[in-house]
Amino acid sequence: MSKHVVAPVAEVPPGSHKRFTVKGRPIAVFNLAGEYFGMLNRCPHQGGSLCAGAVTGLLLSSEPGAYRLERKGEFVRCPWHGWEFDIRTGQSYCDPAKFRGKAYPVSVAPGAEVVKGPYVADTVPVVVEDQYIVVDV
Amino acid sequence: MNVQLRSDPAVSAASRVAIADCDIHPATRGAADLHPWLSQSVREQLETFGQRRRLGMEAGPAYPKSQPNASRRDALPPEGGRQGSSLSFMQAQHLDPNNVVLGILNPLNSGQGLANPELSAAVCRAVNEWQVAEWTGKDRRLKASVVVPYDHAEASAAEIRHWAGHPDFVQVLFLSRTAEPLGNRRYWPIYEAAAEAGLPVSVHAFGYGGAPITSTGWPSYYIEEMTGHAQSCQAGLTSMLVEGIFERFPRLRVVMVEAGFAWAPSLAWRLDKTWRTLRAETPHLKQAPSEYMRQHVWWTTQPMEEPETREHLLDTIGWMGWDRLLFATDYPHWDFDDPAHVLPLRITEAQRSSFFLNNARALYGVDA
Repeated sequence: MSKHVVAPVAEVPPGSHKRFTVKGRPIAVFNLAGEYFGMLNRCPHQGGSLCAGAVTGLLLSSEPGAYRLERKGEFVRCPWHGWEFDIRTGQSYCDPAKFRGKAYPVSVAPGAEVVKGPYVADTVPVVVEDQYIVVDV
Repeated sequence: MNVQLRSDPAVSAASRVAIADCDIHPATRGAADLHPWLSQSVREQLETFGQRRRLGMEAGPAYPKSQPNASRRDALPPEGGRQGSSLSFMQAQHLDPNNVVLGILNPLNSGQGLANPELSAAVCRAVNEWQVAEWTGKDRRLKASVVVPYDHAEASAAEIRHWAGHPDFVQVLFLSRTAEPLGNRRYWPIYEAAAEAGLPVSVHAFGYGGAPITSTGWPSYYIEEMTGHAQSCQAGLTSMLVEGIFERFPRLRVVMVEAGFAWAPSLAWRLDKTWRTLRAETPHLKQAPSEYMRQHVWWTTQPMEEPETREHLLDTIGWMGWDRLLFATDYPHWDFDDPAHVLPLRITEAQRSSFFLNNARALYGVDA
C-alpha cells in the first residue's frame, strides 16, 4: 500500500463522489459530510462502475407496510443491477454474506505535508496551501 | 456524470473472446426518428391519439422499472438522447470493448401490440426501415429483427415476406404477452411466413396483451413482474408446443428471449408426464412435448439464473444442450449481463465457444 494524492478536497464536496485512477485501478471517492471513503469502482457482482450509481439510504421495514429510510446518503446502488453497498465499509446489503465492495482507506492531509511526504500524486497537480484527498492503495 | 469505459477498447477487445450478443435494444432519440418512413396521416394519428396498447387505462409500463428507462445508469449517451439511442456510444461502451462480432437488435416500443392494427403495422414497418438505415447499414456487426404487428397476422406475414431474403434481417420479433396464447391459430400465418423465409421467431419477454403478468391477477411489486416473465413465457411456450405448431411448421425455430432458461427442464418433465396420460386430448402431437422443445427452441442467456451452487447451472444446461444457448447482454438495460462475469464455471473450450458465439452463428446463418 502507498499513499496517493488524488485531488484537492474542493473537488469532492460533501455529499458528492468522484472516480479517480490510482495505480491503474479505478477508485471511487465519496465525501459523507466531510468524511472521506474510498471504494474500488468495480461492483464485485459483475463489474458495474459504482460511481455511476445512485447514492441513497438504507430503506428498512419492521413489517409489511411500514418503511423507514436510515443513513440517508450513505449507500451507493450499482448502476447495473442495483446492488447496495455501505459507503463506509463496502458492505453489500443485498447479500451481505457474499459480496463486499473493496474499500480503501482515504484520508485528508495538509498540503505542505503532502508535498514533503512519501505520497505519489497521480495525475492531480499538488498545490501547497490547499488540502488534498489522499488515497491509500 | 462519471462513465467508466474499459480503458483501451482495442487492447481489451483483442484479449477478449469474440462474442455474439443476441439481445441488444436500440432506441430512437424521439418520435421524429421514424418520420422518414411514416405517412403524414400516420404521423398525425400518432400525434393526436398516441399509441394505445391493450392495457386498459394504462399509458406507460405496468410497473416502474427501478432505473430510468429500465437502463443502466451509465448508459446515457454523452451527446444526449435516451439509453441505446446512439450507435457511436453503443460501439464505445459495449460493442468494441466486449468484442461483440454479431449483435442482434430487438427494438422495443416498436408499435407491436397496439390496439389499432393498421397503426401497429405502419409503425412496425417504419421501425424495420429505421433499423436498416440507422443501425445495420452503419455497423455490419449488427443484425435486425423483423418487428411485426403480431396481433394482426395478415399484416405480420406480409411484413415478413417484404423483408425475406434481406441479409440484414435474421429473425422475426414477438413480445411474449400477446392478446392470445402464442400457439393460438390466429398467429399461424406468421409462423408459416417465418418458416418459409427461414427466419427464427424470437419471443422476447414483455408485451401488452392486456392479461396480467401472473395467471392469478396483478401483483404488487416490480420483482413479481421480473420473475413473472418466466411464468408468462412458460404459458406461451406451452401453448406453442401443445397446439402443434411444430408439427404444422416443421422448419419453424423459436428463440425464447429474456425469460430465463433454468425452468425449461421442469416444464418439459411436467408436460411429458401429463402428455403421456392425456395423449388422446392432443393426438396431433406425434412426439413428447420435450422433444419438440429440444428440436425447435433456443434460449438467450440473460437474465441467467445464479444458483448458489453454480454447478446446478451445468446440470440444467446439460439437459437443454450446450448448442441451445445464445449469449445475450440486454444492453443497455439495467439487468445487463457482462460477458466477463456471467459464466464462472469450469467448462470446455468447445462449450464456451458454443455459448458465446457459435450457436448464434449457426442459428442465424451469419458468418461473423
